[in-house]
Amino acid sequence: MDTMLSATNLVKNFETSAGVVKAVNDVSFDLQSRHTLALVGESGCGKSTIASAILRLTDIDAGVVKFGGDNVALMNMNHLQEYRRNVSIVFQNPYSSLNPKMRIREIVGEPLRVCYGLKGKELVDRVEKHLLEVGIRAEHINRFPHQFSGGQRQRIAIARALALEPKILILDEPTAALDVSVQAQILNLFQDLKQRLGLSYLFISHNLATVEYIADRVMVMYLGKIVEQGPVKAIFENPAHPYTRALLDSVPSLDPANRHQLKALHGELPDPTNLPDGCAFYSRCNRAQDRCKTSSPDLLTMGRDHAAACFYPITLEIDT
Amino acid sequence: MSETVLNMRNLRVTYPKLSSKVDVVRNCSLQVGQGEILGLVGESGSGKSMTAMSCLGLVPKPGRISGEIEVGGQQIVGRSESQLSEFRGGLSAMIFQNPMTALNPFLNISDQMADAIVSSRPLSRSEAMSESLAALHAVYIPNAEACLAKYPHQLSGGQLQRVMIAMAIACKPRLLIADEPTTALDVTIQAQVLLLIRELASEMKLAVLFITHDLSVVASICDRVAVMYAGEIIESGPVADVFKAPAHPYTRKLFSTVPTLGSKNKQLEYIPGQVPDMSNLPAGCAFQSRCDVAMDQCRDSAPNLSASGPGHLAACHLVASHEDMN
Repeated sequence: MDTMLSATNLVKNFETSAGVVKAVNDVSFDLQSRHTLALVGESGCGKSTIASAILRLTDIDAGVVKFGGDNVALMNMNHLQEYRRNVSIVFQNPYSSLNPKMRIREIVGEPLRVCYGLKGKELVDRVEKHLLEVGIRAEHINRFPHQFSGGQRQRIAIARALALEPKILILDEPTAALDVSVQAQILNLFQDLKQRLGLSYLFISHNLATVEYIADRVMVMYLGKIVEQGPVKAIFENPAHPYTRALLDSVPSLDPANRHQLKALHGELPDPTNLPDGCAFYSRCNRAQDRCKTSSPDLLTMGRDHAAACFYPITLEIDT
Repeated sequence: MSETVLNMRNLRVTYPKLSSKVDVVRNCSLQVGQGEILGLVGESGSGKSMTAMSCLGLVPKPGRISGEIEVGGQQIVGRSESQLSEFRGGLSAMIFQNPMTALNPFLNISDQMADAIVSSRPLSRSEAMSESLAALHAVYIPNAEACLAKYPHQLSGGQLQRVMIAMAIACKPRLLIADEPTTALDVTIQAQVLLLIRELASEMKLAVLFITHDLSVVASICDRVAVMYAGEIIESGPVADVFKAPAHPYTRKLFSTVPTLGSKNKQLEYIPGQVPDMSNLPAGCAFQSRCDVAMDQCRDSAPNLSASGPGHLAACHLVASHEDMN
């Protein structure tokens, strides 16, 4: 299996008036070719900072992002532009990510014009091709974003991301702003595009059900650190970290008979500018012991490809 | 059934256009009893927020409402603004989708809460303060005294939503309207807020009208559910019945579009086509163009709500013909 993109020991700190926030704290992962890697966690855990660090929209404080063996931080502007042709992004809100003053032929055509100098019929043909890929009819090419529904706008944003024929798409909560009936269309479109175009995805979401539907591997983040990672099936069926368990327990079931299973995670998040010495999840964890208060666990292997950062992980209960 | 707190009959919300009118809510009837949570479900633009706003007399101008809305026996429709403002807070209160924008950033929590309480209950400001404190305790705000002195930007999204709920219940309403109160929140915080609303409804005997587009939220906390499409309620009934055997093709479709945990291999369906233009609705059933079981009859006449089970209604000709056969 080929590694498309690797991140090693990423660190990003933000200085605020209240102190330094360790937004990303020693995060490493590999994105494999034609795979979907999901990144889940609550607001403020560092998911989107990782996305912008990968694209070098934010400069990291330490660590290395490598694409095809090249260190992204050391690329010159030409090389960086070529890199960004290969790694593209779709944002959360299609109501704010499309310029309302541009027609969709300009929105989808802009990267092609800038990077390849395409114009005239050649440009229009390419734009139409990419719009068709996402299910937007070519005759709508002269419309403005406000003339489309939310789901169609997200399709246009995807067409723009696909215009440079990238190998990797970063999807930052791409369905969070959409209705459920539309969300299903967009998720199916991602599955379909992955098959047809051989894409790899970094899928950022806080919706665990969509992650289970679309991803191969998942990383669970908590306050800047990865607390559990592994294959989706292993983690969703047998989470080892108490935080992952709590996340799964907070997802409401579609079956009214299971409503008593809904559990809320209690306790408050620690102050991000003043993280405790021990495990960051200590204040909310129901398995915590004295050791967790003073020392912070590293990622430990839990099974094949499956690791969790917990001293007292949930292990499979074996019938006796 | 327990005492009915909200009784809405044939609600219609109309907006004028240049040469015509648009009915954004049509013939909407629903009841919510004491201690009951009714989930109102639908896609963006289906009219669910308009229906909720009508209960507070908050339909934005130049919208007009007709029909009947009784809250705690008081008629809302046709009241003047000053009469309506007496009902707001004390009779029916509302919590909004985005707690970050619903609270005033210039006022601390204690001032905002006291303003709301004093305007709807005959209390002094200092009495209102102790009521605020009690309400913050009831919604499990840690360190409630300190919270009162804070400004909205100093609290997290989950805390703000709990403050907003505290503010609503401190006015001792009989009807609580919750407009997508967890959509802007993380899943862990959503679970906290859902469990809190469920607890408050049963302890304070609140009637709750809970608006959401998330069916699993309905499954977790609601007793009954009403599904809206293009301004109409097309199905309603007890949650257990509707979720087990949805009767309207739209409701069935809606279920098949939701990804759920533990169903990795389920192929997600989607509803083809678009919600019809409300100013130019087709004759017959509004869902016909997207329905995979539509018949000739659906193009000619709009179906009325008919029973598909005890307390379970659906507006579909297939349900109606099935009822006739029985």
